[in-house]
Amino acid sequence: MTSENQGPWNEGTPVPLYVITGGPDLSAGTFNLVTLIATRSEPDPAMQPEQAAILTLCSYPLSVAEVSAHLSLPFSVVTALLSQLVEEERVEAIAPVPVAAYPERGLLEAVIHGLRKL
Amino acid sequence: MDYASSDVLDAGRRDIDLPLPHGARGVKVVIVGGFGVGKTTMVGAVSEIPPLTTEETMTQAGVGIDHNPGVRGKKSTTVAMDFGRISINEELILYLFGTPGQERFWFLWNGIFEGALGAVVLVDTRRIEVSFEVITRLEDRRVPFVVAVNTFPEAPQYPVADLRTALALSETVPIVTCDARDRASCRDALLSLMGYLCTLAAAQETA
Repeated sequence: MTSENQGPWNEGTPVPLYVITGGPDLSAGTFNLVTLIATRSEPDPAMQPEQAAILTLCSYPLSVAEVSAHLSLPFSVVTALLSQLVEEERVEAIAPVPVAAYPERGLLEAVIHGLRKL
Repeated sequence: MDYASSDVLDAGRRDIDLPLPHGARGVKVVIVGGFGVGKTTMVGAVSEIPPLTTEETMTQAGVGIDHNPGVRGKKSTTVAMDFGRISINEELILYLFGTPGQERFWFLWNGIFEGALGAVVLVDTRRIEVSFEVITRLEDRRVPFVVAVNTFPEAPQYPVADLRTALALSETVPIVTCDARDRASCRDALLSLMGYLCTLAAAQETA
């Protein structure tokens, strides 16, 4: 991207985000803000630094929101990175507790119990 | 960018001094309200970590939603959302997200209310009209919520019945007062949401 090419889609950052993600992300819908990410393999020196950072960070399972916050990357960029890592089985994505129209009593009681301890 | 040797990871680690939640799953509650109503303060009051911020750009998700006629060459808008976490037990982590009241932001982050237990609408009695819009949008989306009135010292105090009328709330929706800076007060607001959800669940079972 050159300085003459100041189109409406200029992100204003030195590296366009699609370079970090390696292309369009087709499975972003599988990640929720509170999907937990747990590392399943050691970072590899040949990896992209952002992906290696995710593996280091998620040795303690963290939500996608936390990964986004700690790496200062937008949510959609993080989900694109995670899609690749999940596909390569380097991380495990743990889906949130499913919540129907009304949450289950057991879940609510657990949350109430936990909040009372605060 | 070399994240591995940066302070970013260390900063992330220091926040966390808790047992490893292997096998844990996440669940979320959304705190919604207008600008400056105290969403981040509330998140920070009950969170076990200092509030974190996730960002999203409007270039992708805002297409067709953010209407900017005549604005050519407009740079992408970054929207930030603060959040915190509470480890409920070894199997459950509750995340609290403080989100702006404008509906167009709700499409970012894959739909903030999708899979949420419910919402706390944080109200500033000095700007009650903002809350009115938020409540209408939540009702349209069938997101269960309670109303928490943040008690700013200089804000006018109204009886609950008057607030209920002003906000056009049904009799069943709980209204509580809270001090967003106070942990116990915010915890009680969250407990009132859980109690309300229990009532809704019970009604569903008998229906």
